[in-house]
Amino acid sequence: MMEAQALHLIESLLSFFGLWEMLRGFIEPVWPAVWIVLKIVAIIVPLMLGVAYYTLAERKVLGFMQVRPGPNRVGWWGLMQPIADGVKLLCKEVIVPTGANKFLFIAAPALALAPALAAWAVIPFDDGLILADVNAGLLYLLAMTSLGVYGIIIAGWASNSKYAFLGSLRSAAQIVSYELAMGFALVCVLLAAQSMNLGEIVRGQQGAYGMFGWYWIPLFPMFVVYFIAGVAETNRAPFDMAEGESEIVAGFHVEYSGMGFALFFLAEYANMILIAALTSVMFMGGWLNPFHGWPLLGALTDGIPGLIWMLGKMFIFMFMFLWLRATFPRYRYDQLMRLGWKVFIPLTLVWVVVVAAWMQTPYWLW
Amino acid sequence: MNIEILFYLFAAVTVFAALRVITARNPLHAVLFLVLAFVSSAGIWLLLEAEFLAIALVLVYVGAVMVLFLFVVMMLDINIEQLRVGFLRWLPLGLLLAGLIGVQMVWVLGAKETSAGMTAVQHAADYSNTKELGRQIYTDYVYPFELAAVLLLVAMVAAIALTLRKRRDTKRQHIGTQLKATKQDRLRIVSVPSGHKSDAAPAAADSDVHAAD
Repeated sequence: MMEAQALHLIESLLSFFGLWEMLRGFIEPVWPAVWIVLKIVAIIVPLMLGVAYYTLAERKVLGFMQVRPGPNRVGWWGLMQPIADGVKLLCKEVIVPTGANKFLFIAAPALALAPALAAWAVIPFDDGLILADVNAGLLYLLAMTSLGVYGIIIAGWASNSKYAFLGSLRSAAQIVSYELAMGFALVCVLLAAQSMNLGEIVRGQQGAYGMFGWYWIPLFPMFVVYFIAGVAETNRAPFDMAEGESEIVAGFHVEYSGMGFALFFLAEYANMILIAALTSVMFMGGWLNPFHGWPLLGALTDGIPGLIWMLGKMFIFMFMFLWLRATFPRYRYDQLMRLGWKVFIPLTLVWVVVVAAWMQTPYWLW
Repeated sequence: MNIEILFYLFAAVTVFAALRVITARNPLHAVLFLVLAFVSSAGIWLLLEAEFLAIALVLVYVGAVMVLFLFVVMMLDINIEQLRVGFLRWLPLGLLLAGLIGVQMVWVLGAKETSAGMTAVQHAADYSNTKELGRQIYTDYVYPFELAAVLLLVAMVAAIALTLRKRRDTKRQHIGTQLKATKQDRLRIVSVPSGHKSDAAPAAADSDVHAAD
């Protein structure tokens, strides 16, 4: 429907200049492809802006939590800081270390960023507001998030540096371990929703009592495990052993400068926003109104568009990332592995059985 | 028509990548070409509407198995020249095996029963490949499936049994005992009288603050 409207808009715009009849033959055959590209742009541009301002938000939030102002020199309240940082990184020289594998060294940042962006194809922002409404959306997401590790490993190896290599090995082991717990947590969601389509998962959480119909109640342990595993997957504090600046300088990206470094940065923040979006979609009812069906509050808030709810929920989880970073000291590597393998994986395995059994009883209310 | 073009594209990439796996000089490049081969064969499976298998291939093989491959290959010190010694001696055997595999493939894929099934059945958009696969596995093929699972479990247990060894000299953390520790076990607050008479009052207040911590 929106597609036809957009085409109509372009038609009226071009016929205003008298160009429509001339260009019609060129536009109409390629229109479906153009429409998809437009939708991709509509996701990527806000995402990249979000990443830019998420970095500023991080520095501001960390600043306030540590009782200092944070960046406040570039622009009003420091608001131009991300732009200044971007320009600086663009202008910096890209240095390729001697003995580095040049092709892989340059390809690695792109390999890190591409899956982080590709995963956004199946995220529903509102009912029907989704780029690719595929049935196997959940599987696709797992596949895409598991590909991100290649960028990190290849970067570490291609740099031909010991710090970078150590960082990439740490990160690879960490991501592979936490992927299992994450996968099992998603199996619980899959069981509860009986669908792998992310839109269906949100619709499955629709109920008469707003936020009490969402999956965070029956799947509460999985919700916690998923978010913590998500923090570990994105190599964020307190699980940032891959960077570990006090031990291995900056880990896998120690040899990168300029845009190479910037791409890793973009990938990391895009992944954090992705985890926030996924946690909202799978456990927090996505675009649904948390107060739906409540007396008074429900009637007052039902008019708010779903996109606003979705973004609001994402902001809460994005803030949690920063909060965790400001609050917790870094884990030791053996503690990290213990948490992943000996705590999360047994817990998720048990909960899969619990949910499967629970769903056979009449006490399953979701 | 479009599907055919895509098929030939994916097939060409798969064949190229597979050839590079065995011809690449750098073992790491060989592993990465193997990843490419997996991804493009996943593409071919997607064209056959087997989306579950395609994504599972990417998830399991590319996302987990090949990462560990890379991990190992990066840490090994492989001398590729040494591996090529005796290439000509083993060539006839290799060619024989390759020929055998080729004959088998033509035999199986060329048979009437299978080639008739090669044209993918078109399904509606809401047809769930995953659900159908699950139904098949857990009804018609439940015994072979469980057998495969047991086989994997045995392999896992064997791998752990082979590599696990008790070492007496390693230091390890016992989380249980750590959690059982209380402040009384670890911390003793001693009030140290100050040398100066006039400082006695603030020092006492100071030790009170520590006790409150």
